[in-house]
Amino acid sequence: MSTRNVVLHVADVHKNFGGLRALSDVDLQVEEGTVHAIIGPNGAGKSTLLNVCVGRIKPDRGSVIFDGEALDNHQPHEINQLGVSRVFQTPEIFADLSLLENVMIPAFASRDGSFRFNTIAAVSGQKDVRESAEHALEDVGLLERRHVEAGSLSRGDKRRLELAMCLVQNPRLLLLDEPTAGMSRHDTNSTIELLKRIKSRGMTKVIIEHDMQVVFSLADKISVLAQGRIIADGSPDEVRANPKVKEAYLGEVQE
Amino acid sequence: MMFANLSRNDWLLLVGFSVVVLAGPIILQPLGAAYPALMQKFCIYGIFALGFNILFGLTGYLSFGHAAFLGVGSYAAMWSFKLFTMNVIPAILFAMVFACLFALIIGYVSLRRSGIYFSILTLAFAQMSYNLAYSVLTPLTNGETGLQLSRQDPRVIDAMFGSPGPGLPRASLFGVDISGGGYPGFYLCAVALIVCFFFAMRIFRSPFGMMLRGIKSNQNRMRYTGFNTRPYLLSAFVISGLYAGLAGALMAATDPLVGAERMQWTASGEVVLMTILGGAGTLVGPILGAGVIKYFENIFSSFSDRTLHGFFSFLPESLQDPVVSFFSLFVGDGWNLTLGVVFMLIVIFLPGGIMEGLRRAWNLVNRKGDGGDAVPVGQTQPAE
Repeated sequence: MSTRNVVLHVADVHKNFGGLRALSDVDLQVEEGTVHAIIGPNGAGKSTLLNVCVGRIKPDRGSVIFDGEALDNHQPHEINQLGVSRVFQTPEIFADLSLLENVMIPAFASRDGSFRFNTIAAVSGQKDVRESAEHALEDVGLLERRHVEAGSLSRGDKRRLELAMCLVQNPRLLLLDEPTAGMSRHDTNSTIELLKRIKSRGMTKVIIEHDMQVVFSLADKISVLAQGRIIADGSPDEVRANPKVKEAYLGEVQE
Repeated sequence: MMFANLSRNDWLLLVGFSVVVLAGPIILQPLGAAYPALMQKFCIYGIFALGFNILFGLTGYLSFGHAAFLGVGSYAAMWSFKLFTMNVIPAILFAMVFACLFALIIGYVSLRRSGIYFSILTLAFAQMSYNLAYSVLTPLTNGETGLQLSRQDPRVIDAMFGSPGPGLPRASLFGVDISGGGYPGFYLCAVALIVCFFFAMRIFRSPFGMMLRGIKSNQNRMRYTGFNTRPYLLSAFVISGLYAGLAGALMAATDPLVGAERMQWTASGEVVLMTILGGAGTLVGPILGAGVIKYFENIFSSFSDRTLHGFFSFLPESLQDPVVSFFSLFVGDGWNLTLGVVFMLIVIFLPGGIMEGLRRAWNLVNRKGDGGDAVPVGQTQPAE
């Protein structure tokens, strides 16, 4: 377990917004094939941390190293092409395209790279892309509705669709920003089931979550972020037992 | 290879479209528009709008400066006529090369911004070109007079094949006279339109076209999905510039007098109107929009008070005068007012343009009948 390869290394990352210290000296190692949860109270810097990982925010100091490569000067699309996919807090989908098209587009990105001037072939002739897209939709249980316009989906289904859009790329690292926020208990449970099912595929996941049920049923490792610092790091049991965590976060929740 | 992967519906659409365009002289007879000079205008503006729609309809980037490419194409074609030969093929190639280069430069700069800023940048570039054509570039454009043919032009290639006859030479396609509003000119433009339509259809159905629609829908998602959106946008921009350049060349070939007003912002605005009126993002819509606008321009602007009096002669004398003076606002020089009213009505009640109207009508008819699941050929898969 401890000799696993480190896929993502957030090395001493520092980020200020004006006078606000969003992240300070955050050091995080995510091992290959694990589910690594980042928890923490509101405003602890969780989303900032994720944004730094996908190149949306540049850190003031420190760097993010993915698979031995520093991501500092990479554009978002380059980071994705290296194998990092991301689910956003508010689903980012193609609202006026069909579900199938929504999932085929990322499949094309994985197959053809960041730019390909392919105007000769017809989309309908790309069987491989279509099949992998349908497979991903089946994974999240949306296959029957593949011809529906994505904008008409419920919020929970939009999240599932976005998850399919990431899964179809078969990324090495999947970043999930509160994948169950705003979902009903039923939807949350089915999302947990889904994430458990794809866990066996060896995809590394970093997951930001408020829902403790989700965190403790999925995570192999948990980092607790509070006021921009990592205050605890370890297995779910270790974190649960940590008095600092209880004070900063879990205590609040249990009351 | 080029024809591979066209679905049956696409074939039907292409064949149907070609038949309608080539049979234009018969179909437009009842509308009083079946003369070649007008029909070739339909085709030329159809090409212009078709290309504009590849940028605006697919990516959502609204360019307000596409007339610049039309103008560059016209000037380039004209210089090909003047310097090399009166054959239209080199003129078209020449025009497309220059429009392409021009689109690369303007697109490269303008696409650094999106939304309204992109529109303003393209508008600024087009107005700059327009003003340059009037002032500094007069040696190239002949300023206000407009660039035209003259007997003193070198025409080196033509000169090799014998001395020119008397009078001004005319643009030709291997000996067939194109200019002057005859049927050959119309058929040249019609074939060009069909070829352009075919390429536009390929783009709409291709992965490239799908990515453009993805950019329109959510550019942010495209970036985090691993796409470098800039080259996609620039390609779309250049393709639409090429279409405009071709349209400009055909314009110069059919009417060999090129003035700078062709690049003015009103001309850029016109193609926006055509595309929205017909239905942005649909294949056929922009061509329909171009046809409708050019038709109304021709018909309504030729109406005079006399025609109106004839029209309302059934009314009593006392009523006739006020009615005629009211409607005369909308015809003749005031036909733009009609266009404005029609445009407003369409945008408010049919945001998808004429194509949406046709689709609704089709659905209505289908529901009244036994409601088969047939898809109308002309309305396949709107891109929006």
